[in-house]
Amino acid sequence: MDSRLGPAPPRAHWPPPRAHEQARGYYPPFTVLEKFLQTLMDGLAVGSLYALIALGYTMVYGILKFINFAHSDIFVLGAWISYATALFAGYNDLDPAAAGIQAAPFPVWVLYGLGGATFVALVVAGIPKLQGRPLSESARALLLGVTWAWACAGMALAARVLQGAGWSIVGGGAILICSMLTCGLVGFTLERVAYKPLRNAPRLNVLITAIGISLLLQNLGQLEWMFGTRPQGMPSLLPDAVLAEIGGSRPSPDADWTVQPVRIRLLDVIAAGTAIVLMLALDRLVFHTKIGRAMRAVSFSERNAALMGIPVDRVISFTFVLGSMLAAAAGFLYAQKYTKLGQTADTVWVLLGLKAFVAAVVGGIGNIRGAMLGGILIGLLEFFGVAYLIPQLRDVYVFGVLILVLLVRPGGILGSTAVEKV
Amino acid sequence: MACGAMLGGMAPRVAEPIKVGHYGSMTGSEATFGQSTDKGIRLAIEEINAKGGINGRPIELITYDTKGDSGEAGKAVTRLISSDKVVAVLGEVASSLSIAGGAVCQQYGVPMITPSSTNPRVTMGKDYVFRVCFTDDFQAFALAKFVKENLKLDKAGILYDQKQAYSKGLRDEFTKAFKKMGGSIVIDQAYSGGDQDFSAQLSAIAAAAPDVLLVPGYYTDGAAIAIQARKKGIKVPLLGGDGWDSEQLGKIAGDAIVGSYYSNHSAPDQPDMKDFVDKYQKKYGQMPDALGGLGYDAANLLADALRKAASLGGKDVRDVLAGTSGFPGVTGSITIDKNRNASKAAVIVQMAKTEKGDVQPKYVASVAPDAAGEKK
Repeated sequence: MDSRLGPAPPRAHWPPPRAHEQARGYYPPFTVLEKFLQTLMDGLAVGSLYALIALGYTMVYGILKFINFAHSDIFVLGAWISYATALFAGYNDLDPAAAGIQAAPFPVWVLYGLGGATFVALVVAGIPKLQGRPLSESARALLLGVTWAWACAGMALAARVLQGAGWSIVGGGAILICSMLTCGLVGFTLERVAYKPLRNAPRLNVLITAIGISLLLQNLGQLEWMFGTRPQGMPSLLPDAVLAEIGGSRPSPDADWTVQPVRIRLLDVIAAGTAIVLMLALDRLVFHTKIGRAMRAVSFSERNAALMGIPVDRVISFTFVLGSMLAAAAGFLYAQKYTKLGQTADTVWVLLGLKAFVAAVVGGIGNIRGAMLGGILIGLLEFFGVAYLIPQLRDVYVFGVLILVLLVRPGGILGSTAVEKV
Repeated sequence: MACGAMLGGMAPRVAEPIKVGHYGSMTGSEATFGQSTDKGIRLAIEEINAKGGINGRPIELITYDTKGDSGEAGKAVTRLISSDKVVAVLGEVASSLSIAGGAVCQQYGVPMITPSSTNPRVTMGKDYVFRVCFTDDFQAFALAKFVKENLKLDKAGILYDQKQAYSKGLRDEFTKAFKKMGGSIVIDQAYSGGDQDFSAQLSAIAAAAPDVLLVPGYYTDGAAIAIQARKKGIKVPLLGGDGWDSEQLGKIAGDAIVGSYYSNHSAPDQPDMKDFVDKYQKKYGQMPDALGGLGYDAANLLADALRKAASLGGKDVRDVLAGTSGFPGVTGSITIDKNRNASKAAVIVQMAKTEKGDVQPKYVASVAPDAAGEKK
């Protein structure tokens, strides 16, 4: 026995040490590797969600050159809509007493509102049609909006039917789609109502409007007939199980772990997987389709794109819808991972959106692949900082790196630092 | 009014109301705190007014939202005193906010009763600030005693909120009391209130393997910590203070919180709470938490003082409040000591699943105030 390694630890370990380790009386503690792997996994899972939100910031900046500060509220809204829809659909593993529609007034209001909106839309669109004139742009937008809203409601009802039929995981997917569609509609409406009238106004006006919209969304969400002011627990809509336990050690296979293993959870895999699939889809859309080319053209020069016959307004609307849908997906997945929902004005939740903004800047604002990279980097940085440095300084790492990037490479990692031509 | 006064003998149909202020977190991440307290206060005032108010004058309650923010608390109290001219102020729940609001009340000489702020600094050096609940010194002692004597456990771990005076105070006092009783603190970790992910701290705690984990923060963080601790394989009971008291705790954490304990001012299934619980449920359709009961007691104590005081001036009301002895509250008998704190018993409750499937607190034990020994 090698005396330099000292005596074997008194307790037996599971899994048993390998032969050569046993021969030397040395039991590997695994902790270094396990801590690293666990941190890596958590960082990647949360980082991919930051990336999803960051995409919305970066796309809007790329096209309109302003920061849409209401974007982080769309993320929170996405989480809350999935909560309300889940209760409406009958998922209530946490609070069986609050079952059914009573506990989730929001989707019901949506259904009532839809009836009224359909009526208005048919009247607005119907009058010119009867007179043989083509539909105006706003009538078209209204019709599209109402149709879209019916799709949201349809998804919520589908989730309810699926849940009732025992297909709860498919129903969870329907809730994800419902939440994405609803937030897409909200993004569309916000752009039409708040930002479009300011298209030619100074950029500062639009920025202040964005902050106003952000406050509006935060406070509307707190109304009792919306989501209320109480934090809530999110019902679990996605399956969760421990897929694998790597490393760790315990006295016997049935005992508690003395060294915690790395746990690979199904939920994390699904969350990161969904985020990655959505990002790949977006990348494909932007770089390989006609609408994607139009988006890039508008981002390059709005006026020239318009001269080339690109419908700029529609492209901008599309961008808002896309960004909001991704943020909603991130909200859904984040709420599934952490199961606690703060109210819509909860600073902590809004801060998550701001971290995604930092991710967009770090990656290079306006650059789509940069936002993905920035999101993952910020997630890793946050989790490694908390695990290996001082855990209390969580936010300091994120905002510290923002200052660093702005000082060293103001355009971000993948951003261009082109000199603006006058 | 002048006309009413001249008629003299005839009682005026509507007497001028006495204004009382309440500042609380009606929105924000601890919204249930302010809302429950406000419901309790309003229930008390409704009853007082139905019985003829204060010597014929009804009480009018003015509530302002603090959003859980100390700056807002100071502003709300200033507005209550200088523009609404209230005779007394009730509130807040969170100690950091009561300290901010109490400073303003002290400056203007308006009596303030906090229903549920437990940090010792809230009333310290402010002779116009009272409370109808126990302090954290005692609460921490009660928790330590419960762990040592009822659960018979020796190794405790702590995960506290470094942003809240309440949480830090409870952790300090618990550490002191528990060590004195012969227990040991095997790990002491901190987080920032509102954090979503506790995996780094919980990994360290799992490695230290405590018998019980004290989480002296608020219910939102407590619920999140419970869920993540179970996922990390930490199976020991969690231990909380009265900041865990909210019906949302069981709703957010579900099974993860079952079997954990927290100390509280009262438990809804205590027999002497029954009358109040029935009234509250009839009016609001939900179970009151301890904050509702404390709000109710604070309002009743204030009304009693307003009735007995020589005038509605701040000093007269203050003097009556300071002399309170054995006032029968629904959360226990209230005696105001020379530091303007109430000495009362603490109860320990355990989270358990009901037949309906939801998770509710259940009364386990009481710790009497004299057990704390003589505090200087």
